[in-house]
Amino acid sequence: MAAPPLEIRGLVKEYVPGTPVLRGIDLAVGAEGITAVIGPSGTGKSTLLRCINRLVEPTRGEIRLRGEDLTRLRGKALRLARRRIGMVFQEYNLVERLSVMENLLCGRLGYVPLWRAWLRRYPAEDIEHGFALLEAVGLPDYATRRADALSGGQRQRVGIARALMQRPELLLADEPTSSLDPKTAVEVLELLARLTEEAGVPVVLNIHNVELAKRFARRIVGMSEGTIVFDGPPEALETAHLRAIYGGEDWL
Amino acid sequence: MSAPGLTAAAPRRPFAPSWGFRLGMLALVAYTAYAVPQLGLSWERLAVGFGEAGRFLARMVPPNFTRWELLIEGLVESLQIAVLASAIGIALSLPLGVLAARNLAPWWINAPVRGLIAICRSLHYVIVAILFVKAIGFGALAGVAALVVASVGFIAKLFAEALEEISMKPVEAVRAAGAGTMAVLIYAVLPQVASRFVGFCLYQLDSNLRNSTLVGIVGAGGIGGTLFAAFKRFDYDFVSAILIAIIAMIFLAELVSGRVRAALR
Repeated sequence: MAAPPLEIRGLVKEYVPGTPVLRGIDLAVGAEGITAVIGPSGTGKSTLLRCINRLVEPTRGEIRLRGEDLTRLRGKALRLARRRIGMVFQEYNLVERLSVMENLLCGRLGYVPLWRAWLRRYPAEDIEHGFALLEAVGLPDYATRRADALSGGQRQRVGIARALMQRPELLLADEPTSSLDPKTAVEVLELLARLTEEAGVPVVLNIHNVELAKRFARRIVGMSEGTIVFDGPPEALETAHLRAIYGGEDWL
Repeated sequence: MSAPGLTAAAPRRPFAPSWGFRLGMLALVAYTAYAVPQLGLSWERLAVGFGEAGRFLARMVPPNFTRWELLIEGLVESLQIAVLASAIGIALSLPLGVLAARNLAPWWINAPVRGLIAICRSLHYVIVAILFVKAIGFGALAGVAALVVASVGFIAKLFAEALEEISMKPVEAVRAAGAGTMAVLIYAVLPQVASRFVGFCLYQLDSNLRNSTLVGIVGAGGIGGTLFAAFKRFDYDFVSAILIAIIAMIFLAELVSGRVRAALR
């Protein structure tokens, strides 16, 4: 069998030497479905995600994308690895003054030569893919709108489309619904789940809302103080586990 | 309210008294009173000066436009100096501004570049123009060079400051998609500062137009040379013609750049 899309071994991250945020994470993500990472704020969920695409430098450990260790890559090799990993952000991280289509095409910047990107001379199939994704996320007529003219839910749809423009092998979603109202949050997660399933892309999803995690993920990873304290299907997640993950029980 | 016997009714102050400000104003008045006689400023001197000014102004009217060819030639040269200096200054400021931004370039690059920009800003452009006239000779080249230095000092500094205020979120996203440094600059950084950069450039073009009329006085080309020559020959009617022409040109430039700026908004 081929190597799993993502395999993390002994991952440690110390922003300040001696005080690890991640204390030895071992995690393998399979070829399909959403893996939801839950846990209290400040427990290193975001750091974990950002170590995978090296927005944050891991201190120790291995992160393998289909067998290739990402922690040793530099320069061009790192960029080539990054373009295989899509990312969706809590605050969308769109370029507000660019159009929706230009934001989508940001997902192709790892593939397209600089002069083509500069002159907006993208290959026709990239443009078509962009229009198809806009249709898929429900914004077919928004290609030429400026990103700052969109609502939060619309922006996150663009964020998802941008990540899928990369035709990624793995998608990282860092609290993609935390800035959205409850109804929009569900719609956006439904969209994320449907589109990544269609594209056959496994997702690692950081999320605060346990109910949403149980509803959309086929696997839940519970983190507490930089270690994994629960790993299993949503049905197996019980009150005792939540107590171990978040501490206390008054809130339950 | 503040009736005697009510100890608790000490008046509350709504505003804190600023003793520093009061002392400062006092010092300013005292220094002015000291400095005026030091410089020989007196009512008699003022009266003499105004009398001279009256005679001078009387000789300026009517403005004399008979040597309009000389006038146009000088104006065109000034205009060319300003446009050329702005274009070169802008082209240099783009990379220098990026290299000077503390959030985009490492300290061992941004520190020396910031130093270079600070040097460009530290000397007045007329002094720089004199230096260039001495170094590369009389003429428009020295004027262009001096105004390029002034433009870099202004545009690159403000551009770097604008860059330091951008949101890093889109930068993070574009980097995460595998974009290289230049692609990140073009897609995530420049769109955030483009309109401000154009604003700085227009302002500097305005400034350069004004300044290009002056560098001629030190021999660096343009209408300033014509103006200075007219002064020296006491051709005050021609002086006033030149001044009117300069004012008209600046007004026109303000009008155009105002339109452009409004269109950008």
